[in-house]
Formats: sequence, C-alpha cells, structure tokens
Amino acid sequence: MLRIGVDVGGTHTDAVLMDGRELLSSTKAPTTHDVTSGVEVAIDSVLSRGGVPRSAVAHVMIGTTHFTNAVIERRHLSEVAVIRLGLPAAACVPPMVDWPDDLRAAVGRHVHMLRGGHEYDGRVLSELDVDGLGIIAKHIGEQRTPAAAITSIFSPVNDAFERRARDYLLERHPALRVVISSEIGQIGLLERENATILNASLLELADRTAVALDDALRECGLQCGYSITQNDGTLMSADHVRRLPVLTFGSGPTNSMRGAGFLSGLSDAIVVDVGGTTSDVGALVNGFPRQASTVVHMGGIRTSFRMPDVQSIGVGGGSIVTERGRRVGPRSLGHRITDEGLVFGGPTTTATDAAVRAGVAHIGDRAAADVIPPEVAATALETIHHEIERAVERAQTSSTRVPVLAVGGGAFLLPRRLNDLDVVQLAHAGVANAIGAAIAQVSGEVDRVFDMDGGRNAALDLAEEEARARAVEAGAVPASLELLERDDTPLAYLSGSARRVRVRVIGDLEAPR
Amino acid sequence: MKTRRLTEADISALEIGAGILGAGGGGNTYLAKVRTREIMRSGLPIDLLAPEDLPADAAVVPLAGVGATLVGIERIKEGREGVRALRALEQHLNFTADAIVCTEIGGANSMEPLIIAVQAGLPVVDADGMGRAFPEMQMTTFSIYGHKSTPSAMSDPHGNVVVFEHAVTERWHERMVRATMVAQGGSSTLALAPMSGTFIKEFAIPRSYTKAMALGRAVLGARTHSRDPVEAITALEGGRLAHAGKITDLKREISGGFARGEVRIDGVDDFIGTRARMSLQNEYIALHVDGRLEVVVPDLIVVLDAEDGSPISTEMLRYGQRVAVLVLPSHDLLRTPRALDVVGPDRLA
Repeated sequence: MLRIGVDVGGTHTDAVLMDGRELLSSTKAPTTHDVTSGVEVAIDSVLSRGGVPRSAVAHVMIGTTHFTNAVIERRHLSEVAVIRLGLPAAACVPPMVDWPDDLRAAVGRHVHMLRGGHEYDGRVLSELDVDGLGIIAKHIGEQRTPAAAITSIFSPVNDAFERRARDYLLERHPALRVVISSEIGQIGLLERENATILNASLLELADRTAVALDDALRECGLQCGYSITQNDGTLMSADHVRRLPVLTFGSGPTNSMRGAGFLSGLSDAIVVDVGGTTSDVGALVNGFPRQASTVVHMGGIRTSFRMPDVQSIGVGGGSIVTERGRRVGPRSLGHRITDEGLVFGGPTTTATDAAVRAGVAHIGDRAAADVIPPEVAATALETIHHEIERAVERAQTSSTRVPVLAVGGGAFLLPRRLNDLDVVQLAHAGVANAIGAAIAQVSGEVDRVFDMDGGRNAALDLAEEEARARAVEAGAVPASLELLERDDTPLAYLSGSARRVRVRVIGDLEAPR
Repeated sequence: MKTRRLTEADISALEIGAGILGAGGGGNTYLAKVRTREIMRSGLPIDLLAPEDLPADAAVVPLAGVGATLVGIERIKEGREGVRALRALEQHLNFTADAIVCTEIGGANSMEPLIIAVQAGLPVVDADGMGRAFPEMQMTTFSIYGHKSTPSAMSDPHGNVVVFEHAVTERWHERMVRATMVAQGGSSTLALAPMSGTFIKEFAIPRSYTKAMALGRAVLGARTHSRDPVEAITALEGGRLAHAGKITDLKREISGGFARGEVRIDGVDDFIGTRARMSLQNEYIALHVDGRLEVVVPDLIVVLDAEDGSPISTEMLRYGQRVAVLVLPSHDLLRTPRALDVVGPDRLA
C-alpha cells in the first residue's frame, strides 16, 4: 500500500513516500504560516521524486504541532462555556483555578458549577440540576459561546450525566460544539477538565484545519483520505481529529521515535533527536515511546494526556559555545545558524562549528572553523556528550542494554558510544518523524474503574470489548487488532470490588475503499 | 495568644517540605496547596501558634482528611467538611475549640488543618502527631501517649456527619472510621476528641510547620542558586545522605489496602559499587545497603530527585530515576518503647 507520511514541525514540513516498508522518496520544505501550503509543497515534491502515479497513493498520514502551538501561543482559541457537574463536591476548587491569566482570558470566563456527578462506585453523587442547565443554555445563547466543555465527577465510571447535559444543550443550540470529559481523559478531575476545556477551545481551529488539509490533498491531485497521528503514535481519522484535537499533543516526538525504531528495525532503544536548539531523549519500548506516568503541563496548565516521556535538553546543532567549551547552550542560534554560525560565514561559535573543527562533521566552510582552538572544540564536544549521556541514562527503562538511535539534523554531535551503549547513526534520520507518521497504526483504549462483582475476567473482557470497538470506530481492521495492555489495579484504602482497568489494543488502518 | 501569619511563599515551601516529611507517603499536596492559596487570596489570614504559647487548659482539636488518593483527586472536597466535623464535635461535647492541631505533617494532611482553622477562625498549633506520614490514625504520638481520640466526628462533601461515641481501642476507631469513610464515598474529614494545651506541649511533635517550611525553602533556595538541594536539606535537619543512585528494579502491588513493594538502587558517585534495597508500605519502611540494614522506621527515609531535590513519593517511583536517599532522624517521642510498639519496625516492616 502506498502511503505518504507528513510531519509539520515548527520550522520544517517533512514528507516521505512509502510502499509498504520501503522508502521511495523524502523531502523537507519550510513550514508555512497557514500550514497547509507547506504540506502541499512537501507532498507535491515527494510525489514528483517518487515517480508514482498520484492515483496509486492509498492514504496520507499527517503529524502536526499545529494544535499544541495554538495553546502555547494562545492563538486561534475559541471561547468555551465551562460546565462542571458535581456540586456539592469540589466546590472549593472551581474550574481553571490554576490557569495562567492569559489562557483563561483566551477561553473566556464562562464558568458554571452545577449539581450532578457520580461516586467512585457509580452511585449518583447528586441528581443532575436540569434547571441550572437551562440558565446556562440561556447564557450560551446570549453570549453566542461557540463551544461547551462538560465535566462530571467520576464520569470515567459513569458518563450518564455528561451525556444528558450534552443532549440538553444541543437540543437548544444545535450548532453548539459540546465536548464531554469522559471522551477525553481519565480519573483526576482537574486534569481531565483542563483537557476537555482545551479540546473545546480548539474545535473551530480543528474544523478549519481539517478542511484545509483536505483541500491541500485535492490540490496535489490525491483522491485518498488522510489521518492525523495522535500522542501515542497511532492514527485518528480526520473526523476524529475534528472532535478530539487535543489528542495530537505530543505527537511530534512520538513520530520521531517511532520512525527511528522503524529505520533501525529495533523495537527497544533509546532515541536521541538532536535539533537546532534542543535535543529530545526518550525510550522506545516494544516499538512505542514510553509514556510519562506523571501529570503533564501543557501551555502552563496540568493535564493528564498520554504523552511520550521525553526529556528536552538545551543542546542542539545551533547551541552557542562559551566558556572555552565548558558551556554549550541553552542559548542557541536556532535557524539563524545558516547566517551567523562560523562555518556559514558568521561570527558565532556553535556546537556545529566545534564538531566541524574536531573533524566529526563536514558542513559549510571547514576552514572558517579553524579559529576555534582545538582544545576548545574538544571540550565543547565533551560537554555536549556529558549532557546527552545524563539524559540517556535517565531514559533507560530496564537493565537490558539497548542501543542509542541518533536522529535529527544534529545527530553528528553524538559520539560512537554513550554510557557503554552503542550509538547507531541512521540513514534518513532527518525525516524519521515523517516516517513515524507513515507507519502509524490505529488503537483503542479504555481506562476506568470497573465493578468486579461479576468476576474479574468478565470485567476485563468487557473493557477489552470496549477498547476493540473504539479501535474499529477509529478505523482499524477488526481482524488485525492485537492486545497491547490489559491490566487492573485495586484502589488503595477502598476494600471491595472496584478496580481500575486499563486495556489498549492496536491494529492496521482499514485500506480505503 | 501570639501567632505568626503565613504567606503564600510559606505555603509553596510547605508543599515541598510536607512532601519531604511524607517519607514517600501522605498523598498529593497539590490540591491542598491550591485550596489553601485560594483561601489566602480571599483575604483570610492563616495564623500559626507556637506550642509553648498555648494555655494549659486550651482545647486543641486534631483534624485530618481520610480517604483514598484516587477519590481525593476526582471527587475533590466540597471545602467545609472539616469545619462541619469540628462544629458537630463541639456541639456533641459541649465545648469550644481554642486551636487546631495537625495529626500528620507529611503530605496533604499538613494543609487540611490550615484550611479548617481559617474557616473556624482559630489558630493552628505549630506541631503535629507524627513528624512525618504514617498509614494509620492510631500511629500518632497523641494516641501512643494515651489520648483517647473518641468521641470524634466525621463529615463528607454531602454534609453527612457521623459521631463516633466510643471506641474500645484506637485501632477499633481506625477500623470504624475506614468503614464509614467508604460509605461516605471514599474521602472524608475527621475531627478528633480535643486535647489540652498541657498534653500538646508534652506529647505533640513541636515546630512541625516551621520545620517543613524550612525544608521547602532550602530546596527552593538551592534551586534558585544552582546549589545542591540534597546538601541543603541534610545541613538543615541533622540528616545524612544514605545512598544515591539509579533505580534498577521496582515492584509494587496493593494488598490489604496498602501499597507494598520493593525498590533496588545501584549506587553512583560516592556510592558507586554499592546496591541499596528499600521496602515500602505506603511510606518507605526500611533501607538496606549491600545487605546491611541502614535505617528503618520510625526514622524518615526520604527519596529525592537527584537533580532538583523534589520529594518522590512511592507512587511516583520509576525505573531509571536518579535519586538521592536521605535519612532524617525521627523525633524522640517516636523512639520510646511505647512508640516503637506502634510505629516501630516490628509493627510496620
């Protein structure tokens, strides 16, 4: 099956054309302000180089930081009616209480708390306040709020009130975009609520982006559909992304790590992605990035996304060398390196210049690097190696020794060995992220509290059935589904039969009709 | 009574210090910090009272949240559970509380008394009943040295209030409280029978808040000035660095309502070539280095992120983490035969 993988980064839009597991062509194009014209250029270029008929392309997989950046830059966010169901519980911690002011302002200050919610065992906490919903519906009409985010206490256990509230609002405002928290996240009220609000505020942007990407594909003469990669390295359909854009957060590093795994043929490794300003270091376990176990901060707020556990360190190809090589970064020339770096005729000594001086890289005007004393170049590389070594050490996930995969534009900064681990320099490492997008599969996940009264296995089977249904809904071929995780944990301090169950399945994307 | 007014900076320091004194347990302090901060921003003062300034006949009520962490982060407190429990107890026993005291300075329960004290218009005694975190209610110096914690009153977010009239032992009290807490949805707040100022002066662990805030400030200060936070803490508390290394094995399971497990650490730097083993049961219970018992409860085993000095609770442990293991001495009140019978290695390890 012919696929195109695209990765839209902050600076570059990369694309690859793949036939099954074979890389036919690749390209790098500048990311454009509107995102889609850069995608168009990249796809066009990879198709011309690949020399295949456009009609033969079966699917396009796109990874994008578009939605992450919208939150970080507080741009393109719509106002949201924030509704929490659960009073009297949680009255002392209102929604968005710990948000930065500018982000709170960007989503408006339409905060409502009503009675509702459930207990941990699924009992009703308090009956849903339908009159209160009526007042909120009126507010939404008056203020023309385009979206609503509904979070009910323990909705991962019982989402009945969230659904009822959604139906109620939609009946009165059919054009309103409503997000319910049980679709977004797990137990942990504030984190799930935060993610739900962000998701609601991104829906208009998601609509525009989905339509624009579709147009871009048509402009390129492609008739196939496309999917977007989400943070766990799997795909969601264009329709899915229009409902759940937050799930794209963190997909950049995930794609890069998955691509590195694919290029090396390894499923367990440490991946170091050396960029211009920073390097991302993470662990690949069974072909997927290890996920962060703690709360993840996004744009200054706490959320509970399944994000890859990636450490970003302030060392990259454009990092500025000071203190005779004892200090490299975190200040960096970034993309200005091609004007201001020594080997590009500029005045500033960067990590790249030190590597050229030491003879480990061959970039630009070699002679221009000779102004660096050799011992300074050597010290700078040692400093860089030491920084990366520490990050690699933290990323190691087991006592089994695994290789280090070097990817990214500054991969030459890595030595042959790090902490006794072999470093593998990968061909096509510059487009590992686009390859990661091209090879993505489809998953389904369930993570909530189940009652084990009917027996543990029955509950786990029920959870697995739900996870499979979700994967199929997301576009997976039912027969290809494999179980990735299936485990349950009892709840500390609560005897009885409630256990938290987590099941994840993965399968191949259904070939388009 | 002479008191010291707390600032928002004090609460930020307390968040870290209470995490350190949690010795791996005590639950998450984030939500409690946000609640405390919100109350301060509404203009209400939080006042700390030195134990020596308590009148001998003062009525001091210990207050604590009880419940499952998972419920605590989802069905967040309504906010006035504690003050309801306190008022119910006052009414039941026909007395008026003069001050609030903390039962457990380690973790989230360090802040609960501050919030309730503000709502009740009372000061908080700068003291607690553990000097750290322990998994059960009877493990306070109050109970150990003879305070009978019933009658007590417990409330939930709905407004339900239960009074426990009499428990034949402190362990029975703990058992009944736990059962009622589950019926109330897995998270409640409890006000225990009042103690006298004289009892607090003799049997409470003094200066707990001062100590926790100083620990937090030391870590924050070390971070700001790029100094070693581990050194800053040991310098302050008469503790020592017992091991430093990388987590190479991690087993955790939940049995009997407790999170139990074992961690192995391979030494680095000064500890290169040595291996440590820690057992845990909600908190860190014992530390062995190269097979030799290095420290055991009730002394505090504190695991810190080697980079930034933040405390790592047992549920935050991860394979490959670089950690520093510190030992802080427990208070003398926890080291008597009577105390060791309740919180010593035979009971916990």
